Amino acid sequence: MRHLPQLYRAQFRTTFADQVQYRGALAIWAINLILEPVIYLAVWSTVAASQGGAVDGFGARDFAAYFIAAMVVNHASVTWIMWEFEFWIRQGTLSPRLLRPVHPIHQTIADNLTFKILNLIVVLPAAAVLALVFHANFTISPWTLAAFVPALLLAAALRFAIEWTLALAAFWITRVGAINQLYFVVFLFLSGQMAPLALLPSPIATLAAWLPFYRMLGFPVELLLGHLTPTEALWGIGAQAAWLAIFVVALNVLWARGVRQYSAVGA
Amino acid sequence: MTALRLLWLHLRIGVMNELQYRANFVLQLGESAIGLLTALLGLGIVFAKTDDLGGWSPDELLVVVGIYFLVGGLAQMVVQPSLQRFMEDVRQGTLDFTLTKPVDAQTLVSIRQVEVWKLVDIAIGIGVLVVALVRLGHAIGPAEAAAFLVALLAGAAIVYAFLMILATCVFWFIRLDNILVIFQSMYEAGRWPITIYPSWLRLGLTFLVPIGFAVTVPAQGLVGRLTLELLAGAVALAVAMPLAARWFWHLGLRRYGGASA
Repeated sequence: MRHLPQLYRAQFRTTFADQVQYRGALAIWAINLILEPVIYLAVWSTVAASQGGAVDGFGARDFAAYFIAAMVVNHASVTWIMWEFEFWIRQGTLSPRLLRPVHPIHQTIADNLTFKILNLIVVLPAAAVLALVFHANFTISPWTLAAFVPALLLAAALRFAIEWTLALAAFWITRVGAINQLYFVVFLFLSGQMAPLALLPSPIATLAAWLPFYRMLGFPVELLLGHLTPTEALWGIGAQAAWLAIFVVALNVLWARGVRQYSAVGA
Repeated sequence: MTALRLLWLHLRIGVMNELQYRANFVLQLGESAIGLLTALLGLGIVFAKTDDLGGWSPDELLVVVGIYFLVGGLAQMVVQPSLQRFMEDVRQGTLDFTLTKPVDAQTLVSIRQVEVWKLVDIAIGIGVLVVALVRLGHAIGPAEAAAFLVALLAGAAIVYAFLMILATCVFWFIRLDNILVIFQSMYEAGRWPITIYPSWLRLGLTFLVPIGFAVTVPAQGLVGRLTLELLAGAVALAVAMPLAARWFWHLGLRRYGGASA
């Protein structure tokens, strides 16, 4: 445990060098990052225009604020462990990682954090430009901004724990592509990525409020933009913490079982 | 003709290869079904709030979804995997084996690798189109059908030429692993008619990355909202871009050093 800070520093340097080298991949990632919110923003602004300027209280400028904030929150919480872990298992490169004296999760945390911090250089200017272009209506009060910080951190931690847990499916199933895809579809609709929850048909919106997806994206966004009351905000942060606890336990249990039955490819 | 015969040949090889891995068919079926479900749910959520999206009715957007699957399936079945393999060949120097074959090398690198199970996407695209047409029923006359077919062929030619030009850049850069992914990720925007996007994005999706011509324009043709000028423009581009791709290919080929160089 004493050596963990050292390990994190080393991983920071590796990821940094990696990112600087593959600038092409970075450009593609940036196109994706910006295109997605613009697509849904355009769709919902068109809907708002056809309904006389607003749907369910959202005008074009509110949609702009929502989807731009969602882009930033998504960047802060994104992970790619579900593909990476499958690759580790299929290529057998998990084996050397298991031999190290620390849990492989530390390396992925450091890698993930470095990527996110580094790419804020792209994300924040992109958000600012989009906010100007679409005249986003950001009305943020001090308390929502203050409450947003823990909500954002919990959202990132929760998504990391959930996607790490799902990634462990690769211990038992060799091709997890279909599971990943299914997860991302559910995420798309229930997290608020495709539309604010208020616009979904009410049974789906109710379901979404009880599941963890909304806590990873839509909740911090709506908290920041002042759509929630202080009670709802507190309740939501509590839900985030509860889900996080559940998935940390699940992750530990499944990891212990998975490692026991893991037989390296080629061994 | 030779091109079609070669394509047929590679299609058969692809089928024979893939029949060894029949589980992949089930996986592809699952993936395509989820993709279709996503598209339909998205439409459902949007049209629960409005009856028309920038002038497009729900059934007309179904046409867009159908063409999105059809064109995407075609590109992912033949063109993208073939060009991906071509780029790998340039990097490794193994393009030599292709260049020495007694057929046109550009044709060969464009159709050599076939992902057979993407037929599922093409079938889904056609199925969705048929459903949309039945629901639109009365509105489709011979003029619309003709405009649709011409626009679809033009769109396919434009997309092919665009991907070919992107891939040909590999002669200069050698390592361009992800360049075709740019198209893939921007193609997502084609799920919706590009007429709803802000003008800068619409222009980008028309001239920079020709997704508008691939999906929206054929859909406009089918629902009878395609102007003659736009159709003529699409056809002109469908002639000009493959010619440009051809020229660029020859330019690039001259830089190719081969495996032992």
